[in-house]
Amino acid sequence: MQSIPLLLLVSIVIFSILQAAPGGPLTPYLQNPHLTEADIARLKHNLGLDQPAYVQYLKWLWQVVHGDFGWSMSNSETVTQAILERVPATLELMGASLVISVGLGVVFGILSAVKQYSWVDYLITTFAFFGQSMPVFWFAVMLQLLFAVYGVPVGFGYKIQLPSAGLSDYDQFVLGDRLRHLVLPTIVLSLAFLAQYSRFMRSSMLEVIRTDYMRTAAAKGVSRLGVIFKHGLKNALIPLVTVIALTLPGLVAGAVVTETIFAWPGMGRLFLNALQQFDFALLMGYLMMVSFFVVFCNLLADVCYAWLDPRVKYT
Amino acid sequence: MATTLPLAAATADDFVPSKNTVWRRFRRHKVALAGIVVLALLALIAIFAKLLAPQDPNYIDQVHWQGYPLAPGVAGHILGTDEVGRDLLSRLMFGAQISLTVALFAVIMEIVIGTVLGAVAGYYGGWIDFVLMRVTDVVLSIPLLPLLLVITAIVEATSTKAALSFLVIVLIIGGLSWPSVARLVRASFLSLREREFAEAARAVGNRDGRIIFRHLLPNAVAPIIVQATLDVANVIILESTLSFLGFGIQPPTASWGNMLANSQSNITQAPWAAIFPGLCILITTLAINYVGDGLRDALDPNTR
Repeated sequence: MQSIPLLLLVSIVIFSILQAAPGGPLTPYLQNPHLTEADIARLKHNLGLDQPAYVQYLKWLWQVVHGDFGWSMSNSETVTQAILERVPATLELMGASLVISVGLGVVFGILSAVKQYSWVDYLITTFAFFGQSMPVFWFAVMLQLLFAVYGVPVGFGYKIQLPSAGLSDYDQFVLGDRLRHLVLPTIVLSLAFLAQYSRFMRSSMLEVIRTDYMRTAAAKGVSRLGVIFKHGLKNALIPLVTVIALTLPGLVAGAVVTETIFAWPGMGRLFLNALQQFDFALLMGYLMMVSFFVVFCNLLADVCYAWLDPRVKYT
Repeated sequence: MATTLPLAAATADDFVPSKNTVWRRFRRHKVALAGIVVLALLALIAIFAKLLAPQDPNYIDQVHWQGYPLAPGVAGHILGTDEVGRDLLSRLMFGAQISLTVALFAVIMEIVIGTVLGAVAGYYGGWIDFVLMRVTDVVLSIPLLPLLLVITAIVEATSTKAALSFLVIVLIIGGLSWPSVARLVRASFLSLREREFAEAARAVGNRDGRIIFRHLLPNAVAPIIVQATLDVANVIILESTLSFLGFGIQPPTASWGNMLANSQSNITQAPWAAIFPGLCILITTLAINYVGDGLRDALDPNTR
């Protein structure tokens, strides 16, 4: 139950940082030529922005407790609406990336560990190093260059050509088209996580392979594959679950860059647009939700760890 | 440490490898060695950018540039020019200067803050530890990239100077990335302070500061070195991401990140302007990560 005071502290820190913005919460209106100085002053008074910062903070907190994150000036809708509208697109991208990175990461990790020091192992470890070192935005631009600008030839005069921007080409839902749009952003977002998971899975699996119960199972006559999948995999996956929970927030941060480059209508792009216009309420709301997600994931990691590994007890 | 008192029998985990052992183990990691060579070359290029660069990085080749970026090899531009006719190779060299110094100083700052706070928290425990760890919790709870973006955007809008100086980027990145180091150092200090040699140092009457920095810290230094190395790569990526999104190093100063900022819209005209800066980032971070890996193996062979 440390989470609630922690989130309160986080909200105070974010609120204070955003207070330092030059125009304050009214910045989006300051560039509007139709608003006179008197209008701004009136708005400031009516919205309570001429009150001390701590009063404004307490008001904000009171609203949030009642489920109201305020009014987004750059989108002309409530912050909750603005964010909820974009959640599905972000979840689609994050979900696809998570499935790819965890699925492939586990497979790569097992292959790497079972065939330690073979060429497969070297290939996968090298790939993982590249994945971890890759600047995401550049990787995205390179994929766009390859698949959207040039197209990748696959022989017989055919080329793989993929769209480089947006969620879909049509107004209504067309599955094939949606999937085509999803390919490049998913590859970009999952790369770093895939690299991390496969490295982690490799070392976790190597550790398990050396344990006594694995040798016992092999001695009892269980086949090599049976030992690895029935006895090894389960135990090697336990620490991975924790790592996945702890890295989930990274997907949110990664989505900011990926969504911006691929014009993906999700939360990350919403945040960056809000930042360009200093949309106070939206920035505050977004950062709070993301921080909440971080705290939640940390909690989730602890719970999963204790739940999956009966040796761990809460003290 | 072997020269002073050969009394206590060293157990396996007490063994601190000597510098020679570390170097011998590091040498075995061939890719890490190659990484060192690459980094040394990059550092030399960055330091001597002024001498090596064929042109001034902000000089616009008005003679040959006709509104379109020049391709590699055209008119003496080895790697071509960017969309406004500035020599790409020269900008890459000066960009190396910016990107590497930002990373280096930010990491130094991160390590110093993280080490001091982590050591103090771990050594004293109690309410000092409680307060410091809550601060790290708060910083770690706000995802770093969005937070950095918000702060740089605010600083940029507030500062009177048009260009967000490189010092500001260093301070912001270094000032926000220390918590993971602090946790790392705190964890080793929690166990180190209970050991006999710490007790002995206390019994002899050393001051706390001396115990922390002369007796305990040298035993906690291996993971810090590894973390610092890997973080140089992380900071290079962070800075270039910020600059790419337009919130980091501001043009006309070249950094590898902001050179890529316009590359996406010009990609059909000038793919080379998009390829080379990113390639520089990738080569650098790859080299650093391999060196970090080699260092980890050399300093602490137990974790593999």
